[in-house]
Amino acid sequence: MNLFRQISKSLSSSLGSFDHGVHPRHHKGQTEQLAIQRLPFGKRFVIPLGQHIGAPAKAIVQTGDAVKRGQMIAEPGGFVSVALHSPVTGRVTAIGSERYADGTFQDAIVIEADQYDTQQVDVNPIDWESLSIEDFIGEVQKAGIVGMGGAAFPCHVKYAIPDGHNIRYLLINGAECEPYLTNDHRQMMEQTEELLYGAEIVRQKLNAEEIVIGVEKNKPQAIKALQDTIKPGQPVRVVPLEVKYPQGAEKMLIKSVFDVEVPAGKLPRDVEVAVNNVGTIIAIAEYFQTGKPLIERVVTVSGPGVSYPANLIVPLGTSIREVLDFAGGLTEETRQVVLGGPMMGESIADLDAPMMKGSSGVLALTENETGRPQEYNCIRCGRCVEACPYFLNPARFARLAKSRMYEEMAESYNVMDCVECGCCTYSCPSGIPIVQHIRTAKDHLRSMKGKVQ
Amino acid sequence: MTQKDPKLLIQPGPQLRQQMTTPVVMRDVWYALTPATLAGVWFFGLGALLVLLTCIAGAVLTEWYFAPEEKRGYFLGDGTAILTGWLLGLTLPPALPLWMAFIGGVVAVGIGKTMWGGMGANIFNPALVGRAFLLATFPIAMTTWTAPGDFFTIPSSVFALPLMQGVVDTVTQASPLGLMKFEHIDTPFFDLLFGNTSGSLGETSGLLLILGGGYLWWRRDLDWRIPIGILGTAMIFSLILFIVDADKYPGPIFTTFSGGMLLGALFMATDPVTSPLTKKGTWIFAIGIGILVVLIRVFGGFPEGMMYAILLMNAATPLIDLYTQPRVFGRELDSK
Repeated sequence: MNLFRQISKSLSSSLGSFDHGVHPRHHKGQTEQLAIQRLPFGKRFVIPLGQHIGAPAKAIVQTGDAVKRGQMIAEPGGFVSVALHSPVTGRVTAIGSERYADGTFQDAIVIEADQYDTQQVDVNPIDWESLSIEDFIGEVQKAGIVGMGGAAFPCHVKYAIPDGHNIRYLLINGAECEPYLTNDHRQMMEQTEELLYGAEIVRQKLNAEEIVIGVEKNKPQAIKALQDTIKPGQPVRVVPLEVKYPQGAEKMLIKSVFDVEVPAGKLPRDVEVAVNNVGTIIAIAEYFQTGKPLIERVVTVSGPGVSYPANLIVPLGTSIREVLDFAGGLTEETRQVVLGGPMMGESIADLDAPMMKGSSGVLALTENETGRPQEYNCIRCGRCVEACPYFLNPARFARLAKSRMYEEMAESYNVMDCVECGCCTYSCPSGIPIVQHIRTAKDHLRSMKGKVQ
Repeated sequence: MTQKDPKLLIQPGPQLRQQMTTPVVMRDVWYALTPATLAGVWFFGLGALLVLLTCIAGAVLTEWYFAPEEKRGYFLGDGTAILTGWLLGLTLPPALPLWMAFIGGVVAVGIGKTMWGGMGANIFNPALVGRAFLLATFPIAMTTWTAPGDFFTIPSSVFALPLMQGVVDTVTQASPLGLMKFEHIDTPFFDLLFGNTSGSLGETSGLLLILGGGYLWWRRDLDWRIPIGILGTAMIFSLILFIVDADKYPGPIFTTFSGGMLLGALFMATDPVTSPLTKKGTWIFAIGIGILVVLIRVFGGFPEGMMYAILLMNAATPLIDLYTQPRVFGRELDSK
């Protein structure tokens, strides 16, 4: 039996992949050859206080204050929280409720840019080598750095390794499995030096043995750029990965690269791995090289509804409208604007909402992509079961959720293990919004849990 | 702003969908069935076509009748009713009185599907429910096989009045399975392959059925594990019996190409609604059918066992699904 398992394991674990998942067309051709450009500074910037996971930041400026580009304007609201900085030199004009991309109103700092300022900032390199791990974590938090892949999880929290844990590998996520997005791809090509520099900082601070960079095979230029830049003897390895969604999901990536499953409810550090996105590592490198905190990010503007797709450096707080205008505006066929990738991103209602730290893409989609098939009854075809990278049973979830049997979903079928990657909904021929049923169930279960405690 | 904002749609992700939809899947099955159906009509004449169309009419009218008025287009639009009637028709004797075929279609959709709650909710394959009903109700008409004959000659039994059996005035001939079971007469392989034998109107041409199944496999509408599991098991099982006593038991090739074996394995057992969801469960399901069909054919009272084998394993499907849940990523097999 053991031998059989060994054989089947070696057969199934073909290089650089996980089991199940889906193969959407990747649509990266529109932007993958376009160099990153800088978006000109606009007039009005909106910096939401709660744009990361965890506690919202606390404003430390007043209305009317003059602020410099890169100056801290809000301090972390707790350990799982980061600082915010002004993306421009200008003046704070309001602190209050502003509309977020998801349609809700939440607190934000509004800054009017000084039209006559050069927006130059002084270069203040930070000596990272002498920092203790605690000070390093403090610096990363102060720099406002969060996961740039889309989740916006405060980055320093990952570096706070409890006693008894040890990090062997720093895994850099360059999979970029979301269709359309090419910001990581371009950054790996154009900022290769910074990426390797930042990775080396984090590796040394975490005492990791090796840096491993996982890149999907549809980015051969990025793989080549990395391999050409790595110096002999540097503990860095590039692992080409199969092109498959969700290759960039943290636990899938670990499985693909190391053939190790992170146990349910555990974190990557439990298997001695720390995972960071390409953009995050570059942000860290820039902070320690120049002292520039996280005040801008690379964004892919793409989709058939955009006239001139582009990869842009966008100052945070710029409105989505300005980003789209720079890309030539929306065509008339546009039906939907998505912030992030088309699989896990959110469709937005208001073009005046600001770009945030987790906004990896602005996609304008037309009827072709967003049209929903007529919903039919589940025919139990099993495509969702074949697609789920967590080996859950989405068909069962959809059926139970329709009967509101949420507890059953958690107790017998591990619904809380679902990461909402959307593979099930993508693959469903009956057009059932399975992952939406799962979200409803998880929300319900979380709120019930809150009531019991 | 000079340009007016387009009206933006807000919907939950994922925004992208693969292009295969349920009606497309159903239509693929229609296309896959067409060659074997045309062959059946060619061999058994216009009467067979009438039987088939009546079955479909019975199924579609029943679907239409039971569907809520405002949702009729939606219920009929998915194409499953036509498919159910069609599959049922293919399993019927070509000279069956039309009124029986019509009742078969009504039962297949009414009792086989609608009663359970519509598409996706039934446990048993609707077409086979219809056939089981007909076989139990009209055992003589359902086992009267005509030999392939003239295209334009319609057996008068086809037009029998309701509640009448009718007279079969064309040449009757036992089916290859009946010949094998009761008289131990083998049928030439090429007749089985091309369908020039007596039998149900759509089951006889093994070659065209395999062609249709191949199309479905190519379109990824069909779980290859089911036909491979069924045919493989049935072939191995019958080979063992054949080695034990070649005079008494049919060989594996005969087993595969006779009766409803191919139609059942490729088009009936693969009905996703009534087969297991999990890979492991699918193998259990397929192997179970393969064993049952040989057992019934060889040791049971009927010459044909495909229908009962599939229906029995349909009944076991919910249980198979329950016990074959795959191991969740990052968990031990049994941890909940």
